[in-house]
Amino acid sequence: MDKIPILRMGAFLLVTIQVDLYDRLALNLESDLVNMVNKTSAKGVLIDISAVSIVDSFMGRIIGNIASMSKILDAETVVVGMQPAVAITLIELGLPLKGVHTALDMEKGMSLLKSMMDSDDPDEQETADDTITE
Amino acid sequence: MALKTYKLLQNKKKNILELWMKNQLADEGLREDLISNDELRSQSEELITALVSNLSDENFNDLNSDEWSPVLEILGGIAITRARQGFSPRETGNFVFSLKEALLQVLQEELKGDQQAFFNESAKINRLMDNLSVITFETFIKGREEVILRQTDEIAEISTPVIRVWDGILALPIIGTLDSARTQVVMENLLQEIVETGSSIAILDISGVPAVDSLVAQHLIKTVSATRLMGAECIISGIRPEIAQTVVHLGIDLSNIVTKATLASALAHAFKIMRLEVKKSTIIKS
Repeated sequence: MDKIPILRMGAFLLVTIQVDLYDRLALNLESDLVNMVNKTSAKGVLIDISAVSIVDSFMGRIIGNIASMSKILDAETVVVGMQPAVAITLIELGLPLKGVHTALDMEKGMSLLKSMMDSDDPDEQETADDTITE
Repeated sequence: MALKTYKLLQNKKKNILELWMKNQLADEGLREDLISNDELRSQSEELITALVSNLSDENFNDLNSDEWSPVLEILGGIAITRARQGFSPRETGNFVFSLKEALLQVLQEELKGDQQAFFNESAKINRLMDNLSVITFETFIKGREEVILRQTDEIAEISTPVIRVWDGILALPIIGTLDSARTQVVMENLLQEIVETGSSIAILDISGVPAVDSLVAQHLIKTVSATRLMGAECIISGIRPEIAQTVVHLGIDLSNIVTKATLASALAHAFKIMRLEVKKSTIIKS
């Protein structure tokens, strides 16, 4: 039985989906991930789906579910590296994945999560904004 | 009788061609600018040769028989070339109609004394030539449709450029009506470009879209949502006052989408998101 590894990196959990998801695998991932969030009290979940080329409505729902469940457990979910075809398919299926954060790649996803954690402290965010200018 | 007719036509081929050419050249609608007389003559000769040599008693009124296929091929070829060259339907039709006239003229000469026979034979020829004209028109229209289809494809290709206005900012000016097929092309191009350039902001400029109805708005919302799923942000700019009015009157909810009046303000917004600043420099560099 395949298993998708969940890596821990500081306060975040990293999931890289390297195979095409089938239903059983996706359901296992959902429960594993939620358990892991609970165990490690992670603040953020990064799901890399850059290698996923096929999605259906079920998969879209699972991703939405993972985000909602993590949210309840106080962790933000960021989906990164979605393929254009996958994005179009999800939109055509009527699944805009509300409540899920997205980023172009792992690096941008990571900085998005970091900035979200920082924004818990609004004053700090303000000062950071001012100092970084080009 | 029928035997006589096709034999007669075969014997009189030269006469028919001359008469036909005369008819065609006498026609006011002759397009000397599009086709030279020599070319017209060779086209006519080719067609009439194929016509009389394939004519026989059995197939006179059966255009589906195999013997007719060379004639139909030639006729179709001529009709399609004419469609592409920009002939009008009337001019193309006259090509076949003038042949009918020539055939009837020759027939009249030959069957001068026999009214009944002339009537019978001309009825046959009429039927045959009418069938041929219908085929000409069908092919002509098909040729025109191909031209239109090709142009539509070309317009769709040309009219969806994705421009890199800044490092990490893409702009996509949409010109012309947005229908489902075009939205698909726009969306695919945009998403592909986002992946390739790693841009995090896309600006959709709709100042060239003549009207926005609920369907177009739906397409825009889809594109924005797809961009968001990819992890980039999408700004819609170039909303004219009339479009703002229609959108509100139609009750379309665009509150989840960042909208700006001009491309400039969209770009300024993008700079703000990326924490970039545009400054006027104090020193003038020469």
